[in-house]
Amino acid sequence: MTLGPVTRALLADKGGRGLVGIIAAAAVLVPLANQFLPPGSPLYVPDYLVSLFGKYLCYALLALSVDLIWGFAGILSLGHGAFFALGGYAMGMYMMRQIGDRGVYKNPVLPDFMVFLNWKELPWYWFGFDSFAFAALMIVLVPGLLAFVFGWFAFRSRVTGVYLSIITQAMTYALLLAFFRNEMGFGGNNGLTDFKDVLGFNLKASSTTIGLFVASAVAVILGYILCRAITLTKFGRVLVAIRDAESRTRFLGYRVDKYKLFAFVISAVLAGIAGALYVPQVGIINPSEFSPAQSIEIVIWVAVGGRGSLYGAVLGAIVINYLKTYFTGEFPDYWLFFLGGVFVASTLFLPKGIVGTIPSFSVKRPAWLTRLAGPGRQPAEEGHG
Amino acid sequence: MPARLATLTVLLAAVLVAMVGAAGRLAAEDGDDAAFRARIDALAKGSYSRKARAVRAFAETGDPRAADILHHYRSGKLYRRDADGRVFVLQFEDGDALTLSDPLDPAKTVTLKSGEVTKARINNRVRRAISSALATLNLFSKNIEIRKAAADAAFKARSKSFLPLLKKALAVEKDADTRVRLRRAYAATLITYGSVAAERIAAIRSLASESSPAIVALLKPLTAKDAKGKFLEPDPAVRKAAISAVKGIESNLALWSTAGDLYRGISLGSVLLLAAIGLAVTFGVMGVINMAHGEMVVIGAYATFTVQEIFRSNAPQLFDYSLAVALPVAFVAAGIIGIVMERGIIRFLYGRPLETLLATWGVSLIIQQAVRTIFGAQNREVGNPSFMSGGFDVAGGITLTYNRLWIIVFALIVFAGLLLIVRKTSLGLKMRAVTQNRPMASAMGIRNGWVNAMTFGLGSGIAGIAGVALSQITNVSPNLGQSFIIDSFMVVVFGGVGNLWGTLVGALSLGVVNKLLEPYAGVVLGKVLVLIFIILFIQRRPRGLFALKGRAAEG
Repeated sequence: MTLGPVTRALLADKGGRGLVGIIAAAAVLVPLANQFLPPGSPLYVPDYLVSLFGKYLCYALLALSVDLIWGFAGILSLGHGAFFALGGYAMGMYMMRQIGDRGVYKNPVLPDFMVFLNWKELPWYWFGFDSFAFAALMIVLVPGLLAFVFGWFAFRSRVTGVYLSIITQAMTYALLLAFFRNEMGFGGNNGLTDFKDVLGFNLKASSTTIGLFVASAVAVILGYILCRAITLTKFGRVLVAIRDAESRTRFLGYRVDKYKLFAFVISAVLAGIAGALYVPQVGIINPSEFSPAQSIEIVIWVAVGGRGSLYGAVLGAIVINYLKTYFTGEFPDYWLFFLGGVFVASTLFLPKGIVGTIPSFSVKRPAWLTRLAGPGRQPAEEGHG
Repeated sequence: MPARLATLTVLLAAVLVAMVGAAGRLAAEDGDDAAFRARIDALAKGSYSRKARAVRAFAETGDPRAADILHHYRSGKLYRRDADGRVFVLQFEDGDALTLSDPLDPAKTVTLKSGEVTKARINNRVRRAISSALATLNLFSKNIEIRKAAADAAFKARSKSFLPLLKKALAVEKDADTRVRLRRAYAATLITYGSVAAERIAAIRSLASESSPAIVALLKPLTAKDAKGKFLEPDPAVRKAAISAVKGIESNLALWSTAGDLYRGISLGSVLLLAAIGLAVTFGVMGVINMAHGEMVVIGAYATFTVQEIFRSNAPQLFDYSLAVALPVAFVAAGIIGIVMERGIIRFLYGRPLETLLATWGVSLIIQQAVRTIFGAQNREVGNPSFMSGGFDVAGGITLTYNRLWIIVFALIVFAGLLLIVRKTSLGLKMRAVTQNRPMASAMGIRNGWVNAMTFGLGSGIAGIAGVALSQITNVSPNLGQSFIIDSFMVVVFGGVGNLWGTLVGALSLGVVNKLLEPYAGVVLGKVLVLIFIILFIQRRPRGLFALKGRAAEG
């Protein structure tokens, strides 16, 4: 069997191999440790940790999606939380419909909050969400469509750099305000919660927790391979060219807006899937996921892990979120000091992130990249704005 | 000594005349008193409906002493002597013996057995008559505020029996404002109960000049039909006058309500301007995305809070001057933090705007948490000095509050001040030079680092000043900055980066558009629509309303 250049490059990707290996191992070992070790054992993983790890993996997929556009196309989106939340809401709507008449008000059709608001019938945009297939379609379609429309306008009019960042922030802020309204029909302030089961599996059962964890791990692995494949193709190299010198790429005859739009839509879809996996594991989705602060935090995961390396994004998401769990548990008053400090320190002292700084992590790059880009691989800032 | 005699005679005569005059007055008073007493006695006589009638007649005298007596009547203190029907006021009860006083002179008391008197009883009908009588009697009160309130009450209540009273009150009233209110009440009562068509039409016309929803509510019934399609008002001339008056007032009211929205919009715009103008310096002039800008506002607001606390505990009588002290304190505090930020972090990141954005966001998190640690997470209330509290009513039900008015003025002053600094001072010149061409400015001997630090300090200091102003209209909390940062960026980007006038126009127009949308779309949806509008606007004009052209635009 002869391998194409992309497949060969994929196999040559040492960091990626390591990452995929670790996550695959975790996907096997964590469920085993949860099921077969006695609770007293030091290696035993209780259910809550399984779902916590699952949550980290969802964040990792989200970070991957941001790294794809920021690390490789120079699009700094400060509104990626919006796509994550939209995917989450689509999943939440499906699970809401699955509750059926087991809600507080025992209404077989209407979710509790609609009964509470005295609504008489289901709004039209809730139809179809009782089927998982439809919900799954929406998880991909809604964030993808929003990204397409938004990106189509933004990239065509050449809104770049900081301006793009600010309007993505405005986008998620507008959605935040809109989803806070009860009239929107998404549960307002409280969002969607009290889920009972997903695909017929009880969410409280530890087998479901494990299932969701494994699904998240598989999603991260597939997401990584997809992103890596995209960046290894000619398409990906054009993206890097756009990142480093957008105008020059345009003058060379590439339709810069199309390239960026494609990457942006793929990234939004990945974020939506991450959100959809996240919601059943935490049991709630509410408008706070749309808050601009949340979206900026995603960017810092990528920056800390190492922008433009993909596995760095995964690493950053997991490390920062582990620290967040630790700090908010042990020293809740110091978490923001720490997070703020990380923002400042990583931009000042770790421009290449963890993977670019710690030598043992620095991975030999594929030969073609060295040939193409020369030895220095610091992701340079785009030429203007 | 004829002269002396003559003087004496004149004096004697004068004394005599004076005595006679006094006696005459005394007699006249006695005559009035007798009639008044008869009315008092009538209050307690006969059936309840007769009592109610007596109460109304009693009130129509407009005698200032009447109110007291009616109060006594209402609280069940009036007693009637069975022997002659005279009415007395109960002072106190001692077993069987009642001590009663003369209704016109509390000092004159008599003591009677309980069998000799009957309590003057009232029912709800009489009670109602007393209440409305008391209301009209207030028209003659010595206190001007009570008279005003009584006139307004008469306008609201509108009873036929008030007509003569209002006329009487109008004849004696001297205060202009009270006269206006009395005339309004008189006209309103006349429109409803008057019998002469010409008088009613004149009254409608006199009210038509006043634009208030209450008048529309008063005139509307005159233009309406009943269930059978018959006009409630039989006289077509009166109806016509009412219809044209209502039309005029309603269009007037619509105009006023739009004017009110405009004012609120300008007020919001001035708040946005204050929040954004510092950003226009750091982002617009220097190209630095300062995500900690909102926290500079917070520092200004907490500086105000601290200064006010110091004033409260040390010199409460000087509290009105606390803002004058808070302004420089806030400017310096925020400015110093800004300079430290620039020297410590931002100067390493010039030319890397996205990194700057992240680093300053980190700083904003740190400041936010620091404020929360020092001052606590709960809202802090900052007081208004006396010249900023309250407001005044403009026509059409619009109230202008002084704090909003001051903030509009203040925002414009800050804007003008900043414009002067940028255009006319040496620092402004250097600022513009560094912005336009950094290496060339450096070659001309301008210390880039110093100019950058000063510019950043200036922008941050202005944000601190904005915090002083914002503390006057919203609660001060560690999250205050977060709620303004996105709006501020929108204003700067919309107006055009690097253009102070663009910021002014952007802030005011966004504020006005927001408030004009609110009546139709609601508060939240209005804001969402504005955000969507900005997102679309940026697509059309990526560099904002007033884009810089030429070399400066290359950034």
